Amino acid sequence: MNKIENKAHKFGMVIDLDKCTGCGSCMVSCMSENNVPFKEDESNKKDSITWMRVYKLTNGKSFPDTEIVYLPRPCQHCGGKGDHGHSPCVSVCPATATDYGYDTGIVSQIYTRCFGCRYCMGACPYHARYFNWWDPKWPEGMEKYLSPDVSPRMRGVVEKCSFCFHRYQAAKDKAYYDGRDDIEEDEYQTACTTACPSGAIVFGDLNNPAHRVHEIVKPDPHPWPNNPNVVGKSRNPNVFRLLERLGTNPKVYYLSEREWVRKAGDNYLDGEWDKIKNHHGSESHG
Amino acid sequence: MKVDRRSFLGLGLGAVAGFSVSPVLLKLTDDSSIWTQNWPWTPVPVDGEVSYENSVCSLCPGSCGISVRKIDDRPVKIEGLDEYPINNGGACLHGISGLQYLYDPARVKSPLKKNGDKFEEISWDDAISVIAGKLNDIRTAGSPEKFVCIADKDRGSVPELFKRFLKTFGSSNFYTMPGFESYLKLTAEAMHGKGMTIGFDLENSDFVLSFGAGIIEGWGSPVSCFKANASRKEREAKLYQIEPRLSNTAAGADKWLPIKPGTEADLALGICSFILKHNLYAATAAVRFKGGLNKFAAQLQNDYSLSKTSEITGIKESEIEEIATLFAKAKMPIAVFGKGKGDASQSLKEFIAVQTLNCLMDNINKKGGVFIQPVKTYLEFPEETLDDVAKEGNEKPRLGQYVHDLFEKINTSSQPVVDTLFVYQSNPCYALHDTKTIKQAVGKIPFVVSFSSFLDETAKEADIILPVHTFIERLEDVPSGAGLSKTVVGLSKPVVKPVFNTKLPGDILLLLAKALDGTVAENFAWESYDECLETVAKNIWDSLFQDGYAILEEGVPEESVEVNVAFLTGNPSSIQATGDGELMLIPIDNMRLPSAAPAASPFSIKTVSDEVLKGRDTVVEINPKTAKGLKNYDYVALTTPVGTAKVMIHLNEGIMPGVVGMVKGLGHSFDNKYVSNKGVNINELIGPVIEPGSGLDAAFGVKAKISKA
Repeated sequence: MNKIENKAHKFGMVIDLDKCTGCGSCMVSCMSENNVPFKEDESNKKDSITWMRVYKLTNGKSFPDTEIVYLPRPCQHCGGKGDHGHSPCVSVCPATATDYGYDTGIVSQIYTRCFGCRYCMGACPYHARYFNWWDPKWPEGMEKYLSPDVSPRMRGVVEKCSFCFHRYQAAKDKAYYDGRDDIEEDEYQTACTTACPSGAIVFGDLNNPAHRVHEIVKPDPHPWPNNPNVVGKSRNPNVFRLLERLGTNPKVYYLSEREWVRKAGDNYLDGEWDKIKNHHGSESHG
Repeated sequence: MKVDRRSFLGLGLGAVAGFSVSPVLLKLTDDSSIWTQNWPWTPVPVDGEVSYENSVCSLCPGSCGISVRKIDDRPVKIEGLDEYPINNGGACLHGISGLQYLYDPARVKSPLKKNGDKFEEISWDDAISVIAGKLNDIRTAGSPEKFVCIADKDRGSVPELFKRFLKTFGSSNFYTMPGFESYLKLTAEAMHGKGMTIGFDLENSDFVLSFGAGIIEGWGSPVSCFKANASRKEREAKLYQIEPRLSNTAAGADKWLPIKPGTEADLALGICSFILKHNLYAATAAVRFKGGLNKFAAQLQNDYSLSKTSEITGIKESEIEEIATLFAKAKMPIAVFGKGKGDASQSLKEFIAVQTLNCLMDNINKKGGVFIQPVKTYLEFPEETLDDVAKEGNEKPRLGQYVHDLFEKINTSSQPVVDTLFVYQSNPCYALHDTKTIKQAVGKIPFVVSFSSFLDETAKEADIILPVHTFIERLEDVPSGAGLSKTVVGLSKPVVKPVFNTKLPGDILLLLAKALDGTVAENFAWESYDECLETVAKNIWDSLFQDGYAILEEGVPEESVEVNVAFLTGNPSSIQATGDGELMLIPIDNMRLPSAAPAASPFSIKTVSDEVLKGRDTVVEINPKTAKGLKNYDYVALTTPVGTAKVMIHLNEGIMPGVVGMVKGLGHSFDNKYVSNKGVNINELIGPVIEPGSGLDAAFGVKAKISKA
C-alpha cells in the first residue's frame, strides 16, 4: 500500500456571479448534506443557520436602471494575514475549537470543543458563523434522514461551513483503499458545487495548476504590492474576494464581468476604487 | 491572627496565583462545555453501508433524474443525477428537499374519513367499500356523468388510469389543473393542428426574446432552463426579458424591458407588425401561413403601428424597433411565452401572438428554434369495454371546458351537477383564483375523495382522504413535457419502503374498480399497478427498467408545419384587469416557493428572503415612487375587488411605478408549522377573468388599493 504523500492542498472555490441565479439550490443542498436544522420561523436571518447564504446585491440605481446580483457566501476559509493560517476566527478561539488545516487550507469547527463564547463570530468579517441558540428539533420521524457523516449540533455551540470536509475524508479513504497517492479533482466536490444547476461554483485545489479553480483564479504567488498581507490575489481582472484588503486571504473568489459587482466586494473611499481597480496581482506575473 | 490590609492582599494574590496555575480553571471550562452539550435528545444518526439509487423527481413537470444516497435503508440525501438527459447533474432546491416531504408533518398517515369537523382513521378496506358504495349508487341512479375527477396533469399511466376509470364508469368529466404543458398543447392545437405540442431548443438559440417567461424562476423544466441560461455567455447568445418587474430572469438578461402588465400580447403583435412592414420576416415563412400573410399584415399595420404599440405597452418606439430588428436579424431567434412559471392563468392570445413571431422567422423545426410536433404517446392500454350506463354517460356533454368552468357551474346551478369528486395530487382550493368560491363549490359537492400525500387545503375539504405514496416511495412513469426540446420518460422507483399506511394511486384505482358494478372491473384486470405499468409501457419497458429512462424524441423534428392565425384575425380584445384601484397587483413567481401542489418544504421556506416573508407576513414590492411616504416593513391593507389582506411593504426600485408585486406560494393553512400560516395566498385576492375566444382564466393581475394599516 502506498503512503499518501503529505502534499499541501489549498482548497478553494470561485463563484461566477454572472451565472448565479439566486435559485437557492446551494443553500438547500448544504443544509441537507450537513444536517442543518430549521425552526418554525426562519425569517429573522440573524439567527437563521445557513452555512451557505445567498445575498442579494443591487447597484443602487433607480427604476429602470436597477440591477441585481446574487452572492452566495459560504465560510471564506481565510488563510489570515500573509496566508499563514492565522484566520480571524482561529486566532481568537480560546478552546481550539476552530483550527486551520495546513494540509488543506480548510478552517475546521469542532463542535464538542466549542463552549459558545462566540468570539469567532465577532472576529469573522463575513458573518459566516452561526450560534445555536436552541437545540435542533426535527419533526417526528424526520431525524431519519440525518446523515451520519456530520454530527448534529447542540445548543450552545457555533457552526459554519466546512467545505464538506467529510467528503474530502471519504475521497481520501477511497484513494487510500485504491492504493492511490492523492485524490482527483472530481472526487472531492462540496455539496453546493455539485447541486448548482447553473454550474456557477467551481471548487478545487488552488495549489494545483491543473484544477479549474486555479485556471480561473490564477492566484498570484507573490504578495500584493499594495498590501503585503494580501496573498494569492487573482490575476484575472474579473475575479475578486470579499473585503480583500483586510488581508484575511479568503479562499472563496468571486467572478463578475460587471464593475459595480466587483466594487461591491469591498468598501471604498471616494475615488479610491478608480485607483486600485486595475491592480491585478504583482506586475511580474500580471 | 489579625487580618490586616497587607495579609489580606497577600492572601488574595496568593489565591489568585494558586487558582491560575492549578488545573481547576481548565477542568471547569472542560466540564462546563461537556455539561452544556450533553443533551440526549440531540439525535445521533446511525451509520451504515452507503449506497446510491437512481430515480426521477416528479415534484414539478421538470422530471429531473435524481440520485438518492442511502445509509442502509435510510435515504439521507437527494442529488441531481449525472448524465440524465434532462438535468445532467444539477438539481433544484425542491428536489433536494425531497426527503422533507417524506416525513412532512402534514402527511396523511392512513386513510381518513370525515366525521363532523374531524377526520377519523379508517382501514383501506372500509375506505374502498364506502367509496365504491357511493359510486355504485350514482351508476344505479343513471347519472354517471356526475362523477368528476381533477388531476395535476394528463400524461403518464396514472392520469391515464384515472381517465380510463372515468370513461368505463361513464363520465367524460376529467379535468387537469392549469399547467404550462396544457397551454403548449392548446397553442399548438390552435395554430398548427390537433395533437401537436411545442418545445423550445433554448440551448441552441442565439437570441431569446422572453415575454415574461421566468426562465430561471421555474419556467418549463427548471434545471434544464438553468443550464441553457448558464451557457449563454459561452454561446454568445442573448436574452431580452420583457416584464413589469426586475425578476431574476430580467436581472440576468442582457436587457430588461419593463412593460405595462397585461400588454405582452400587444407588444408581440406590434413587433410582428414591424417585421411584416419592413419585410424582415423569413422568405420561407409566408407559405406556411394558412391563407397567406397579406391580410394578416394589413390588419396588424392598422391595429399595431409603432406609435400605437408604444402607447399601449409603455415601451419606447425606438426600443420596439430595436428588439424587432435584433430578433429578425438573429441567426436562430426564439420568442418564448408563459409569464412566470408558465402555469396558473395565461392568455391564449398572448401565446399565439408570441408564437407568430417564431413562425414569421421560420425557426420552426430547426436547430435552436421551436419544435412543433405531435405529442408522443408511449402507453398502450387495451380497448375499453363499456356497458350501457357508461356509453350513455360518456355521450353527455362535459360540465365545462376547464377546471374553473366546472367550479363556476357548480356554484351557479341550483341543481347538484357533481355528485362525487376525485381530486388527485392537486390543490384547487389553494391554487385557483378566488379560493373562497372554489371552497364554496367543493363544499356543495356531496362526496369528495382526495388522493393526496398531504392534508392540504383541498384534502381538508374532502370526505375521504386516500393517502398516496410520495414520489420517492413510488413506482411510476414520469413523462417530461414543459416545453423541452426532447421527450424523455423517466421511471420513478421506490427508493424507500412506504413510511406510512399509504398506497400507489394506481393500486387504489384497481381496488376501487374491482369493487364496482358493471364492466368497470373488467377494464382493470391487472393484479397490481406494477403489472399494469409493465404491460402498458411494454414498448419502452426494457429501456425504462435498465436505464431508468427512455428517450421518445430527440433532435430536430422533420414535420412540416402549417401556421394558422385565425385566432388573431378574429381580433380578440386583450384581457383587462378588474377593479378600480389605482395600483395593479401582479403575482411574482419565486423559484424558492412552489406556487401550487405540493407546498414548500421547511428547507425551501428557510431560503426565502426577508424581503418576501417576514415572520407571518407577506412582504409586497412597490416602487419608492408609488410608496407615498411608506417605509420598508410598514403594514398596509391591500384591497382588491376580491379581498383584503394585511401585508408589509418593501420598496423596490426594480418594479414599475404603479405596480404591486406579491409572491405566489405563501398563505397555506394546514398542519405544518414550518410552512403554513405564513403570509397571504395571492389567489384570495385575484378573481378569474375569462378570455374571450379561449375560455381560459387569463387574469394577469387585479387593480388594487393600499392604505396604511
